[in-house]
Amino acid sequence: MRARVLVRPKAGILDPQGQAVERALPALGFDGVANVHVGRLIELDVDDPDRLPEMCERLLSNPLVEEYEIVESE
Amino acid sequence: MKFGVVRFPGSCDDGDALLAAERVGEAVMLWHADRDLQGVDAVIVPGGFSYGDYLRPGAIARFAPMMEGVAEFARDGGLVLGICNGFQVLCEAGLLPGALLPNVSLRFVCRQVELEVMSEYSPFTRACPLGEPLSIPVKHTTGRYYAPDRGLADTQVLLRYAPGQNPNGSDRDIAGVCNQAGNVFGLMPHPEHAVDPLTGSSDGLAIFESIKAHVADRVAV
Repeated sequence: MRARVLVRPKAGILDPQGQAVERALPALGFDGVANVHVGRLIELDVDDPDRLPEMCERLLSNPLVEEYEIVESE
Repeated sequence: MKFGVVRFPGSCDDGDALLAAERVGEAVMLWHADRDLQGVDAVIVPGGFSYGDYLRPGAIARFAPMMEGVAEFARDGGLVLGICNGFQVLCEAGLLPGALLPNVSLRFVCRQVELEVMSEYSPFTRACPLGEPLSIPVKHTTGRYYAPDRGLADTQVLLRYAPGQNPNGSDRDIAGVCNQAGNVFGLMPHPEHAVDPLTGSSDGLAIFESIKAHVADRVAV
């Protein structure tokens, strides 16, 4: 199965990358943008999707500072 | 007194760590793919970019066979010092609390900083001169320390950046922390780059001398 894992900074963790992007957009004329966060996208083929949460906890994300979301496709 | 310095693919401060350790004792290089710690008295996990810092700094290195040996050594009370990338590896491995995040500035910082020593009893700082700051360089992009309030006791903070010197936005100006047992220590500054007056400061030597003094005491008992 093809899966996508989205990893982003946990709420409450300072995200300077998101802030930098949020400041850059109005400079280009894109107003009305808020709460920008920058994370990571990991795509993978897995035989057993039930093992995805454990993969996310142990390697793909750092649960102390990041949260993950598993998006299954196909 | 014998130090072991772990060399990963992508380590770059392993050579300096070895030379710094050799100023106070013997030192050997430990290859990441081996498991044998060669009977060392203390382990140094050095700075650099282990496994290319892929995914997150330290995320892959923690699974190296040598790290299993290091974790076991730490569980048995052995002294483990993680510098910069080594600090990141020890946090990822769960041997130290917290995590290192990108600098608030999003920039690489490379400069000399003043550090306040918070404990005179730790195996890693006991030889530091009382009440005097240490002048040691930092050089990193991912050095903003974060730990949940409940996850870290004040007594575990061994080094803080002096007021106004925090180079990365670290929580509570934290520059170095130890585990609850006190035998595993990680710091972002590089004591191994400050062991000779030729390069501006030899304050980093006190960290290596502290480890040597602690090991000597243990052997005497």
